[in-house]
Amino acid sequence: MKLHLAFKILSFPLVIFALTAGLLVDVPALNILNETIRNLFFHVTSWFAMVLLFIASFVYSIRYLRTGSPIDDLKARAFVETGMVFGIAGMVTGMLWANYTWGAFWVPDPKLNGAAIALLAYLAYGILRNSLQDSIQRGKVSAVYNIFAFVMMILFVFILPRMTDSLHPGNGGNPAFSSYDLDDTMRMVFYPAILGWIFLGLWMTEIRIRIANLKMNR
Amino acid sequence: MDKFLAILTKEFKSDFRNPYILGGAGLFLLSTLFVCYITVKRIPNPSTWVALYWIIILFSAFNAVAKSFTSETRERMLYLYTLTGPAAFITSKAVYHALVMILLSLIAVVVYSTFFEMPIEDPTMFYTSVILGASGIAIILSLLSTIASKAGNNLTLMAILALPILLPQMMVSTTLMKNAIDGIEFSIQLKYLFVLGGLNVVSFALSVVLFPYLWRE
Repeated sequence: MKLHLAFKILSFPLVIFALTAGLLVDVPALNILNETIRNLFFHVTSWFAMVLLFIASFVYSIRYLRTGSPIDDLKARAFVETGMVFGIAGMVTGMLWANYTWGAFWVPDPKLNGAAIALLAYLAYGILRNSLQDSIQRGKVSAVYNIFAFVMMILFVFILPRMTDSLHPGNGGNPAFSSYDLDDTMRMVFYPAILGWIFLGLWMTEIRIRIANLKMNR
Repeated sequence: MDKFLAILTKEFKSDFRNPYILGGAGLFLLSTLFVCYITVKRIPNPSTWVALYWIIILFSAFNAVAKSFTSETRERMLYLYTLTGPAAFITSKAVYHALVMILLSLIAVVVYSTFFEMPIEDPTMFYTSVILGASGIAIILSLLSTIASKAGNNLTLMAILALPILLPQMMVSTTLMKNAIDGIEFSIQLKYLFVLGGLNVVSFALSVVLFPYLWRE
């Protein structure tokens, strides 16, 4: 309980700090990237939060298959829902960034395609859940799909882009945000921002779980 | 192993007795190929050639695999489940679908290359990409069609569930096939071959692990 309260109290100042400091702090004026490097505080951190939330959902899906408790199914769904929010946020911030650095909102790049496909798979998860009536069957079937989709997503987002050259920072000889352009001031904002978004995501998920739980018991 | 072979032979026997199921899938494929020929006429570019080929295969696969599951009645499924185990059941289904898909895509290669001529530099790698790609689609669709059949055998649902998961396979098989047409060196192709094989193995292993939770309902 104390832990629950702690991350809620912390998430608020951390997010405010990330939003304000992220826009105001001095950043190194690098070639091409220049001011767009600030996207590190929003885009990269959203993806971090998304991946963590999807991992949580994956774990609860496995737990549901083992235990069969309806709460685990609710949690798996709630984590997917908030994960999608951060996924969409990450995609929108990424597209804005791409427009200023690459000159287009979308480019045919393995990493971008991977992200889009992952989001499609989780949208399909939502459709699948809604098309099943019986709650036990819905739980089982959607848990199976969630596990299958997650493993494929991991393969696709993290392994395939490393196979081919990618424009995305961190792949194919492009400078990663963290390799040499990340100075200490940026670190001071980057790490709190990651924690802030993750805590906010957990808080949102907790509220979703409570709502779903109340609906189920009504 | 015996159980696996028993279901596999059962699948083939029932197909010989009811040839219209596979025949329907084959005719769908041929009609689609012909529609493409009539509308597209000529494809000079290897990338487009490969892309159109895999799109045709993908949609024929939805038809072929979905048909195989709808042809099983609920009672017959339950009977098969009690006779065998989940692992034997899904393995035989996946192997059967893979064989069907390999057959269909090889027929498609023959017809497609008569319609649209394309010189192939590296035929071995080309056919390897066809076989690995087709079996990968079949393995994934075997599990996903079971999922879709729980929700009332909805073809739309199967398509939206399967497409995002099939895309990795599609991307690697198209690259492999395109490179085979261009005659790219084996050492570079080996990497894609390895990934495609790996994706097939991973999706098959996941099917065997996850299927027990889906069966018997």
